[in-house]
Amino acid sequence: MSQATLESEEAAARSMDLLRFATAGSVDDGKSTLIGRLLYDTKSLFSDQLEAVEAVSAARGDEYTNLALLTDGLRAEREQGITIDVAYRYFATPRRKFIIADTPGHIQYTRNMVTGASTADLALILVDARKGLVEQSRRHAFLTSLLRVPHLVLCVNKMDLVDWDREVYEKIADEFTSFAAKLDAPDLTVIPISALEGDNIASRSEKSPWYEGPSLLHHLEHVHIASDRNLVDVRFPVQYVIRPQSTVVTDYRGYAGQVASGVLKPGDDVMVLPSGMTSKISAIDTADGPVDEAFPPMSVTVRLADEIDISRGDMICRPNNAPAVAQDVEAMVCWMDETAPLRVGAKYTIKHTTRTARAVVRGLQYRLDVNTLHRDETAPQLGLNEIGRVKLRTTIPLLADEYRRNRTTGGFILIDEATNRTVGAGMIIEAQ
Amino acid sequence: MSQTKPYRVSHLDALEAESIFVMREVMAEFERPVLLFSGGKDSIVMLRLAEKAFAPARIPFPVMHVDTGHNFPEVLEYRDTRVTELGLNLVVASVQEAIDSGTVRELPDGTRNRIQTPVLLAAVEKYRFDALFGGARRDEEKARAKERMFSFRDEFGQWDPKNQRPELWSLYNGRHHPGESIRVFPLSNWTELDVWHYIAKEEIALPSIYYAHDREVVERDGMFYAVNEFIVPRAGETVETRTVRYRTVGDASQTAAVLSDADTVEKVIDEVAATRITERGATRGDDKVSEAAMEDRKREGYF
Repeated sequence: MSQATLESEEAAARSMDLLRFATAGSVDDGKSTLIGRLLYDTKSLFSDQLEAVEAVSAARGDEYTNLALLTDGLRAEREQGITIDVAYRYFATPRRKFIIADTPGHIQYTRNMVTGASTADLALILVDARKGLVEQSRRHAFLTSLLRVPHLVLCVNKMDLVDWDREVYEKIADEFTSFAAKLDAPDLTVIPISALEGDNIASRSEKSPWYEGPSLLHHLEHVHIASDRNLVDVRFPVQYVIRPQSTVVTDYRGYAGQVASGVLKPGDDVMVLPSGMTSKISAIDTADGPVDEAFPPMSVTVRLADEIDISRGDMICRPNNAPAVAQDVEAMVCWMDETAPLRVGAKYTIKHTTRTARAVVRGLQYRLDVNTLHRDETAPQLGLNEIGRVKLRTTIPLLADEYRRNRTTGGFILIDEATNRTVGAGMIIEAQ
Repeated sequence: MSQTKPYRVSHLDALEAESIFVMREVMAEFERPVLLFSGGKDSIVMLRLAEKAFAPARIPFPVMHVDTGHNFPEVLEYRDTRVTELGLNLVVASVQEAIDSGTVRELPDGTRNRIQTPVLLAAVEKYRFDALFGGARRDEEKARAKERMFSFRDEFGQWDPKNQRPELWSLYNGRHHPGESIRVFPLSNWTELDVWHYIAKEEIALPSIYYAHDREVVERDGMFYAVNEFIVPRAGETVETRTVRYRTVGDASQTAAVLSDADTVEKVIDEVAATRITERGATRGDDKVSEAAMEDRKREGYF
C-alpha cells in the first residue's frame, strides 16, 4: 500500500463519526444472534472469541454455535442462559464507528433498557415474525420515545421461519407504525431480516424482492444524526475550575466542561447561573490550543473577560436564552432499586449536570403502566422498574431544561443517601 | 474540524471528549484519585488524556505502578522517563517486596498476576486512594464489556457484577463510604484500534517493544514468549530468534509477543485492523485459565 493511500485511509478512519445504539427485544427473539451477526459481518468478531464460543457450545451440547455466548459474558448469565446486564459492544465499518448498548429484554430489566437508551442515537427493536408485536415490543418503543432516542428501527426477525411472507411483515410493520405514531416516536424504519441466516443485515437479501428499503447495516451507516444535537441553546455546565498553581502559568482561571448544547464562540455575551452575572467569552482553550468555537460533545475550557465567582455546578448560557433556575421540578422517574420503592416524603441525593443537591419527593401524580400507558393516579409508590410522574423539591436550584428539548440538562439521577446506590433516573417535564 | 461538515466531531474526538469529561468528574468529586500506570499503551494514552484534561495545569494526581517484579526493562525505563517529564509523583506497589515480607505467597507456577491483587489493595488502603483510574477497555474481554465506567468496589476491593450501579447519560455516581473505592475506566468505549489511531494522531512515544524487533523466543501453547529470567525454555522447546512485537504489556512471565514486521505506528494500525485475534487472546496466558478467568479475578479486586 502506498504511503498516500495509507494516509488517506488514516484520515478517513479519524474522521468517521460515532453512532451509539441500543438494542432491545424480548427473550428468544434473536437479539444476541443479531449482534453476533453484525459483529461477524463487519469482521469485528475475532477468531479466538469465536473458537471460545464454539468450544463452550460444543461442551454444552448445543446443536449450533450459540452466538449469544459472545455477548453473555458473566457466569450467572451463562448459567441461566439469559442476559442480565447491559453490555457494550463495538464495531466499525469504513463509514462509521458503532457502540452497541446491548440491553436485556426481560421485563424485570426495564431499568437496563432505560440505561442503554439514555445515550443512544438510535434504538433497535426486534420482533419475532411468527409472534408479531408483543407487550415488550410496545414497552420498548415507549421507553425509546420517553428517553427521546432520535431514531427507531424495528427489525422483523426470523423472516425465514415465515417463508419471507410479505403480508406477515406488512401486518407487523403497519401495527407498529400506528402504535409509534401515538407515542410521538421519532424517525422510524422497519426492516425484515433473518439474523440467523444473515438476510438484509449487511446487504439486501434476494429472499425479499418486495422489500425496497435499506439493509440494516446500510441504514445504521447512513442514518443522519448530525442534526439530532441541539445547537441552539448554549448550555455549558461548569465541571471543574482550572487554576494552575504555577510560576510559569500565572493568573490563569478557566472553566472546564463539556458543551451540553449550543455553539460557544469567543466574544459571545454570556450569563452565568445561578448568579445571573454577565460577561464575555475571552477564549476557549483546549490542550491543543485555543479554538474558534465549541459545540457538543467537545470538552473544552472557557475563559471569561471578567473576574466573576464561578464554581462547579454553575452553568454558562446566553443572557436571552437561559434554562430554568428551579427548586420545584416535575419529572418522569424510572425507579431502579429493588430494595426500597420511591415514596412520597422520602429524601434522595439528586445529581443533575454537574450539580449535586438533595431532593424530597413532594408528590407522585401517577404511575404509568408502560404496556398500556394507563395512568394510575392512586399509586402510593414506585417499585423496581416502574415509571411515574413525580414532583420534587430540591435544596438548591437546578439549572434545568425540559428533557424533550435537552437530554443533558433535562436528565438526572437519584441516589440513596444511605447506600449510595443509584436508585432512579429522571426526565424533567417542567421546572420552575 | 473540517469546514465542509460543520459541527461534527470524529469518533476519536468524541471518545477523547468523553474520557476528558470522566477525568474531570473524578478530580472534582474525589479526595484522592490515582492513575494506575503500567507503562502499557492504554495507561500511556490515559496520561495524555490527563494532561489534556487539566492543561495548562499539571496532572493533579499521582500515578501508581503495581510492579510484579517481572518487567520488561524497556517498559520500566519508559515509565521512569515519562514520570520525570510530566513531574508526576510515582507510587510503586511492589509484589516482590510483599513476597519478601511474607504478606503474599508466590504461587507454585511462579505467575504473579493473581497476587497483584492483594498488593494493589494494600496500597489503596495505605494511601487511602478513593478513585483508581485504569486503562481497561470493554472490547478487551467479555467480563469487561459488562463493567461500568465508574465501577464500585467494596472495602475489600471486590466487584459484584450483579450489583452494579446503572449509568445513565453522563451522570456518574462516585459516592462511596470510607474504605470503599471506585475504579474509573475512561477508555471503556475505546477499542484497540482507537487507541492506536490516537497514538498516531497524538504522536505519542511508546516503549520500543510495541514495535517489531528481533528477539529470542520459545513457542509455548501457540504463543511466543521472550526468553528471559522469567521464561526459561522447557524440555523440548527450542529457542529461536523471531521478529516480534508486543500487543499488550503485562507481567513478563505471562505476556507473549506476536510475530510481526510492523515497526512503525502506521504499520501497527494496518496490522491491528487486519488481525483476526483479540489482543488478550494473542498474548495473555492468564486469560486462558478458565472461561471466566477475568471475571473471577475482578471479583477479587483485580482492576
